[in-house]
Amino acid sequence: MSPSVSPAVSAPAVLAELRAEDVPDVAAGAAVLGTGGGGDPYIAALLARAALLEHGPVPIVPLERGALADDAAVYSVGMMGAPTVMVEKLPPAEQPAQAIRVLARYRGLEPSHVACLEIGGLNALLPFVAAAQLGLPVLDGDGMGRAFPEVQMVLPTTYGVATTPMSITDEKGNGGIFDTATPLWAERLARTATVEMGCSATISLYPMTGQQARTSLIPGTVSLCARIGRRLRTARAEHLDPVAEVVDEVGGRELFAGTVVDVARRTETGFARGTATVAGAPTGGDPAARTHSARLEFQNEHLLVALREAADTTGEGEQLLVTVPDLICVLEADTGQAVTTEKLRYGQRVRVIAIPADPRWHSEAGVALVGPRYFGYDTDPVRVAGAGAVR
Amino acid sequence: MHIGIDVGGTNTDAVLVEGSRVLAAVKTSTTEDVSSGIDAVLAALAAAHRFGPADVRAVMIGTTHFINALVEGRHLAPTAALRLGLPATASLPPLVDWPERLVAACSGTPYLVHGGHEFDGRRISDLREAEVVAAAHDMAERGIASIAVSSVFSPVSAEFEEQAAAIIARELPGVPISLSSQVGRVGLLERENATVINAALRLLADGVVAGLDASVRRAGISAPLYLSQNDGTLMDVERARAYPVATFASGPTNSMRGAAFLSGHGTCAVVDVGGTTADIGMLVHGFPREATTEVEVAGIRTNFRMPDVLSIGIGGGSLVRGAGSGGSGGPVTVGPDSVGFRLTQRALVFGGDVLTATDVAVAAGLADVGDASLVAHLDRSLVDAALARIGADVAEVVDRMRLSAEPVRVVAVGGGSILLPEELPGIGAVERPENHAVANAIGAAIAQVGGEVDRVFAVAPGQRDAVLDAAKSEAVDRAVAAGADRASTQVVDVDEVPMAYLPGGATRIRVRAVGDLVLDALAGAR
Repeated sequence: MSPSVSPAVSAPAVLAELRAEDVPDVAAGAAVLGTGGGGDPYIAALLARAALLEHGPVPIVPLERGALADDAAVYSVGMMGAPTVMVEKLPPAEQPAQAIRVLARYRGLEPSHVACLEIGGLNALLPFVAAAQLGLPVLDGDGMGRAFPEVQMVLPTTYGVATTPMSITDEKGNGGIFDTATPLWAERLARTATVEMGCSATISLYPMTGQQARTSLIPGTVSLCARIGRRLRTARAEHLDPVAEVVDEVGGRELFAGTVVDVARRTETGFARGTATVAGAPTGGDPAARTHSARLEFQNEHLLVALREAADTTGEGEQLLVTVPDLICVLEADTGQAVTTEKLRYGQRVRVIAIPADPRWHSEAGVALVGPRYFGYDTDPVRVAGAGAVR
Repeated sequence: MHIGIDVGGTNTDAVLVEGSRVLAAVKTSTTEDVSSGIDAVLAALAAAHRFGPADVRAVMIGTTHFINALVEGRHLAPTAALRLGLPATASLPPLVDWPERLVAACSGTPYLVHGGHEFDGRRISDLREAEVVAAAHDMAERGIASIAVSSVFSPVSAEFEEQAAAIIARELPGVPISLSSQVGRVGLLERENATVINAALRLLADGVVAGLDASVRRAGISAPLYLSQNDGTLMDVERARAYPVATFASGPTNSMRGAAFLSGHGTCAVVDVGGTTADIGMLVHGFPREATTEVEVAGIRTNFRMPDVLSIGIGGGSLVRGAGSGGSGGPVTVGPDSVGFRLTQRALVFGGDVLTATDVAVAAGLADVGDASLVAHLDRSLVDAALARIGADVAEVVDRMRLSAEPVRVVAVGGGSILLPEELPGIGAVERPENHAVANAIGAAIAQVGGEVDRVFAVAPGQRDAVLDAAKSEAVDRAVAAGADRASTQVVDVDEVPMAYLPGGATRIRVRAVGDLVLDALAGAR
């Protein structure tokens, strides 16, 4: 684990409420934690801003005892589908609240809090759209601390919190409930329904108690997004290095800087898999000298990054730098803005950073759910501070 | 031979080109009505090099007129934005996130009706004719003069946009209609924004394009007239009249392409120094490298193809401050503020009282404008420091733009390029080719024509190559249909993006083909 740099933030470290003017910062931070996936939060930011302007600020509740009652009724909400579809068939503002209502009606239990399951990407902000309309607070935390491609890939799964009952709704007025045998069945059935619904659907799942939320969610991640976004913004205004600011805020490490020289994409089992090669130098070197290249493997999100010397054409000396569950983020070199895997393009100047995942993702159950082997890479996880050989 | 004309904010330049030779180049002032400036520049060109109007095979014009109109919010038509997509997309109606100033400037009025498609071409809901008719009648009551139509996933299926256009044309004959499927790529808000901008410029485009055409005809030239597009390719006047938004970024594109032509380099950094800014871009194989992020134009988010250009506030009119200039005595700075078009009144060499970059260039013997005796008193160390500052600032930007550590050629163009040193520190020598001051007009004169495919394809296992080949030949066919010579037409860009989480191999494929214009082709460039 990387020794975390103490964050030098003068503004409040924890958000007590989300106001319309806070939205751009949270969106920018959520894009970084999206690790290349999770969808561009621009659309969600527009929806959240509109909802907050109409209904007023949404209170943010920390997971601590005293702030969140053990018997609170917590409903999580988000979108499922292809980010490329969501930029065209814009997500409807009323669906997140509707998905919660459908699930609450099925359970016969009114919601007291709304939660986020995926802080990386556009799902960071959709819970606020629902909460503003329903007049409920949102928890300061989430189920991943990043973005992952499948619904069962949340820490609550490792705590035995049931994925279902889950609701699924679309803008045409369709809605349904799944009550599935296993978390993987929830993913399979909801994925099929989502495709039929035009490849974007709104889901509410993992209903849980306040006590379960406290134990199984990752605390403070909404506030973390706001802090990342704020440091990106102030870096620009004060001519600081925005990437260094992000790295400092998250206790991460910059790995590599260079230029995208190849992006090979392929579609396998319904996912956007691919490999990007960045020519440049490990941090501290001169990116323009192109002494090294970094290989990024992605499947919607970045899953591993490996380093080799430019002269090493066979790749036998390649070193794995970081793998899932830790976060691998590609940021635009000058602005520090996150680059999604779908927008990775030849010639982009980027910097690659890594962020330690919540330590619970490194448990046996966590690695089984989201480790490199689940995604088809035959290696143990390599954590941010470590390095190992490719197998 | 053919003629290239660049209508900028300050100057209107023209060149007469035969093959790869520049026969004549002239500069005149831009006029308020554009067309009298074209009359003047064509007369000046004829005076510089006699040519028979019948020998001119084509006239190509690049202009910043339309983007300036948008930025200034002037001459915009009262515009309606009709979106076909209900029940989807209602939460973010057309014109969401636009600056209020511009919504007001074009009396922007949003309408939402049923329609739209899913990613795979299925219908979200059927188009309801009565809704479109009702919207059209409301537009008429509000005095709407131009209409933008967008439909969800129209890059996949444009049927509803076309049907709605037919209904509106029947209800409101004569009102121009802009279709989003003709303007942009996947990304509803960005594509729709560009379409609304286009609609707002339609009436202005009618007047400007007719004026340009009339000027050229008055000069006795009967050859076809083309306008430069953002990516350096051409479109014919009818297309330009209908889609003025496609000319937005033609200025930097033309200067970079002109630089490539004049210097003979296909891959290089181009520094275009004007009166107020220096624009730095990269040419790769003869075409400007495109920006990869969303581009905001006048505060509106769009997804135009735009060259990746960085601008810094260094130009001929930039203010010079620092030790010896009567200032604070601190380090010498140049820009970012500029006297702009008032250079000929404010600069020292013209009898003014402001020390500008042009004065420094004259004092150093780099330029011969105005009265050199008026800057003879300048401290040599100040002059050297100011020029060194310019060189260092430009070098830093070139360094940020380049793709590799390998030496990069630097080609300087534009009237202000005289400010640049012979050698940029840490980069290398600067080439300043002949006729560099009219690079924009040359870029317009040598433009090519292109064709593009940008759609979501279902790629079955093992079929990727076949699908890609089909997309490539469709792009080539489109370029040829637009007037490109088939033999010279090649695919210049292929981008495929599998749509995340989707089974069935849904893949967004973007292919662009470009070729030389067949000068006597009658086909319209698009």
